[in-house]
Amino acid sequence: MNKELTKNFASGHSACAGCAFPTIVRTILGESPDPVVISNATGCLEVTSTLYPFTAWKTPYIHSAFENASATISGVERAHKILSKKGKVPKKVKFVVFGGDGGTYDIGLQSLSGALERGHDFVYVVYDNGGYMNTGNQRSSATPYGAATETTPVGKESFGKVEMRKNLMEIVAAHHIKYAAQANVAYLGDLKKKAKKAFEIEGPAFLSVFSPCTNNWKFPTSQYVAISKLATETNFWPLFEIENGKYKVNWATETPKDLEEFLKTQGRFKHLFSEKNAPVLAEMKKIVKDEWQRLVNKTEEV
Amino acid sequence: MTTNYKKRIALNGGAAAAEALKQIEPDVMAVYPITPQTTIIETFAKFKADGEVATEVIEVESEHSAMSACVGSSAAGARTVTATSSQGLALMNEILYIASGMRLPILMVVSARALSAPLNIHGDHSDVMGARDTGWIQIFSENAQEIYDNTIIGMKLAEKVKLPVMAIMDGFNTSHCVENLEMLTTEQVKEFVGEFAPEKYLLDIANPVSFGPVALQNSYFEFKVQQEQVMDKVAREYLKIAKEFEKLTGRKKDFFETYQTEDAQEIIVLAGSTAGTTKDVIDRMRKHGKKVGLIKMSLFRPFPRKELLVALKNAKSVAVMERAISPGTYPPIYQDIMTGLFQAGETKNMQSIIYSLGGRDIFAKDIEKIFDDLQTGKITKEIKYIGVSN
Repeated sequence: MNKELTKNFASGHSACAGCAFPTIVRTILGESPDPVVISNATGCLEVTSTLYPFTAWKTPYIHSAFENASATISGVERAHKILSKKGKVPKKVKFVVFGGDGGTYDIGLQSLSGALERGHDFVYVVYDNGGYMNTGNQRSSATPYGAATETTPVGKESFGKVEMRKNLMEIVAAHHIKYAAQANVAYLGDLKKKAKKAFEIEGPAFLSVFSPCTNNWKFPTSQYVAISKLATETNFWPLFEIENGKYKVNWATETPKDLEEFLKTQGRFKHLFSEKNAPVLAEMKKIVKDEWQRLVNKTEEV
Repeated sequence: MTTNYKKRIALNGGAAAAEALKQIEPDVMAVYPITPQTTIIETFAKFKADGEVATEVIEVESEHSAMSACVGSSAAGARTVTATSSQGLALMNEILYIASGMRLPILMVVSARALSAPLNIHGDHSDVMGARDTGWIQIFSENAQEIYDNTIIGMKLAEKVKLPVMAIMDGFNTSHCVENLEMLTTEQVKEFVGEFAPEKYLLDIANPVSFGPVALQNSYFEFKVQQEQVMDKVAREYLKIAKEFEKLTGRKKDFFETYQTEDAQEIIVLAGSTAGTTKDVIDRMRKHGKKVGLIKMSLFRPFPRKELLVALKNAKSVAVMERAISPGTYPPIYQDIMTGLFQAGETKNMQSIIYSLGGRDIFAKDIEKIFDDLQTGKITKEIKYIGVSN
């Protein structure tokens, strides 16, 4: 593999074929002007990259537990602050957290909030695959309305998850951090630009990256980029930034594709195309449309 | 910072621990408030605010994050401390195992306190006993002097053996009681603990290390057995460092303190602040010719089983007094001593006693009665509870 591409995260890890996070990790870390230290929440990325006695990490890395990746990096970052003052360690180092949506939206939310509020100089990256995929596809607060998971299965009385996704970007923005952005693995140019900005600012920065799961969303491994692209083209996953509190949409079209085009690519949504679930599909479309409008309205607030 | 203290000073236990931490001047301290620990972090925060320490203080949003930040900081290569009590220690529990499993030399001062429910902010040992299998070294203290001493000893020991240490005092009884103590000079403390020079650390950028990997059926077991195998070394190093400290201060240090045990027929074994009252009772009873003595535990994990058996050798009967309850079985120190006795093929009249849960008062007369009961053979296999209304 390309040496530059794998300078932080080597090949030979055991992530699934068709998983998005190796690309996300390499793309983001590739934008750091300085050496990086990684804190990783428990999850797919962690278990597939550090199976003892091997590690895919060619840069310093720590995994502590599921819910505490942000608190862990807080300790690392402050240790760096004092040790670099004492001349014991290099001055220029960047700190990055990788967590899935379970480790970020749910169990790690308090730890993330604390670290954002304290203003540590780090970049938090959530690779969002809309559920607990490492434990076999259970619902998280990032799971979309209508999606079938093992804990929100489709049945006689159920059409999948009944609640909307948590709006994590707004929660993060409420911490008055300088930079937060939503990105997508299918738009690497955009992701690079956002990673670069995140590394440039002092203090916490946040990146939420769309990261399909071939296993549990149920699609062929060759399709992760195409599916990701559809997520943005249907306005399901808009690309936007919140810079110093100001919203900016990075990709928009006059004619978004029908949401069905995105949904029909994945097994987790196949039940939505039955006659019985027509209202669910309609509700889902309404959610996507309303959320998009809410976002657009925010870009106009000054 | 070079501060020379008067040799004797009056401080409560929390402030005494904070003074020791100030003299150590760790790189990083994660702080989160909980009664009765808060005196430590408040005192330390003031040192920081006044520019008396260079320490990075991280004001985290929970004890879980306090211990998590400590793991990050210690793995990064920084000398790292924190402090907690009770629910805070319970909340940290998950990360305590990670700190010891990663062999991180974190020092934590604990003001031991009861656990909910029902809510109780007062002293007992439920919290620290609940953490006895987490792979941390645990050192109990009787008073302000000892928590000052054990904070310094604990820091050095942690870094020597690459394991985290709890320096424990009794919540309120010690943490909030003002007592006279002798302090070392800051230079003496700094020289005693030395410079922290970790072997492998995250911020050694040129030599990247992965901390906290996945270890499955083929390797996990070895990691855990190594943690147990190092415990003999821990005990040896503890004694070495304790003796070094004894030389520096003139204060006797050992695995445990023996008080009038040499010819004692009846011995009480306990940990923490009740030792003071017990010594008073012993002095009084000795005047009346009663051969009674005390063993006051200092090092609890690892448990100094062999040494303890030697100290108990001549006793006919022993009461093990504990401020912790293990519903469904006997409390921890009793269990540990019984195991040792059985292995050695020795039998003794042993009484398990639970007292002072949630800060319930214990009086000299209670302790005298315990000795009397030992002497008159009023010993049962049942646990005795002191001062509990029926």
